[in-house]
Amino acid sequence: MKAHLSRRYRFSASHRLHSEQMSDAENRAIYGKCNNPYGHGHNYVLEVTVSGQVDPNGMVCNLVDLDESVNREVLSRFDIENLNMRPEFADSVPTTENLCTVIFDLLNQDILKRKFTQAHLERVRLEETMMNSFEYSGD
Amino acid sequence: MLYLTRKAEFAASHYYHNPELSPEENRRLFGKCNNPNGHGHNYVLEVTVKGEIDPHSGFVVDLKQLKETMHREVLDAMDHRFLNKEVPEFRTQIPTTENLAIAIWRRLAPKLTNAKLHRVRVYENHDLFVDFYGEE
Ligand SMILES: [Zn+2]
Repeated sequence: MKAHLSRRYRFSASHRLHSEQMSDAENRAIYGKCNNPYGHGHNYVLEVTVSGQVDPNGMVCNLVDLDESVNREVLSRFDIENLNMRPEFADSVPTTENLCTVIFDLLNQDILKRKFTQAHLERVRLEETMMNSFEYSGD
Repeated sequence: MLYLTRKAEFAASHYYHNPELSPEENRRLFGKCNNPNGHGHNYVLEVTVKGEIDPHSGFVVDLKQLKETMHREVLDAMDHRFLNKEVPEFRTQIPTTENLAIAIWRRLAPKLTNAKLHRVRVYENHDLFVDFYGEE
């Protein structure tokens, strides 16, 4: 029996949306307030969805294993950090879109490499504020 | 096709234990949730049905009927109950959120006449929920 399990996590980080490819005027025009040179922060909410068969213990994925993976791969990298300083964003602007795909890839690689669960990473949803959220399913 | 979602809330207690495993394995796997005295949650249930809009009523489903079915089939059986002891499905299955979503689907699906059940979502708490879309 296949089910989807979703778990929510929180982290806070700062970023500045600024692209070296564009002039200062273009950056201001495209990113507005988010281009402020000193950056600004968000309380992000990360919703991770995995899917798979419900095992004889009644689980799609052991939550202790999932929490451990999210803690190591995501929260320990980005919580209380400046995203622009992180190597993951050396070549890209830390928009929440890009952050969403980076998080999906990190978690997916960890699941595929360590095989701690049979479940499949279905989706990563990232809430930047109560008003905006972004979803990525790997394609 | 239109989708309609109705929410309900119920409080229930449970514990996790697999009789096929040793007490040590149970404690390792389920941690605190293995305590046989149980613990409780305020579950939130979201039932989503789908269907075409009836041209006479303008409804996908009679919400009153849906609400009554949810009450009769799910809430009357599970609200303020010890799931392991008082809900027949969980004499043989572990009442995880996954199994709860499946049990609720099986209770509701055959009783919904006009609209088709699309999804059962069960929140164990704000940060943990399971979606079940049926048994294909
Ligand atoms: Zn519990």
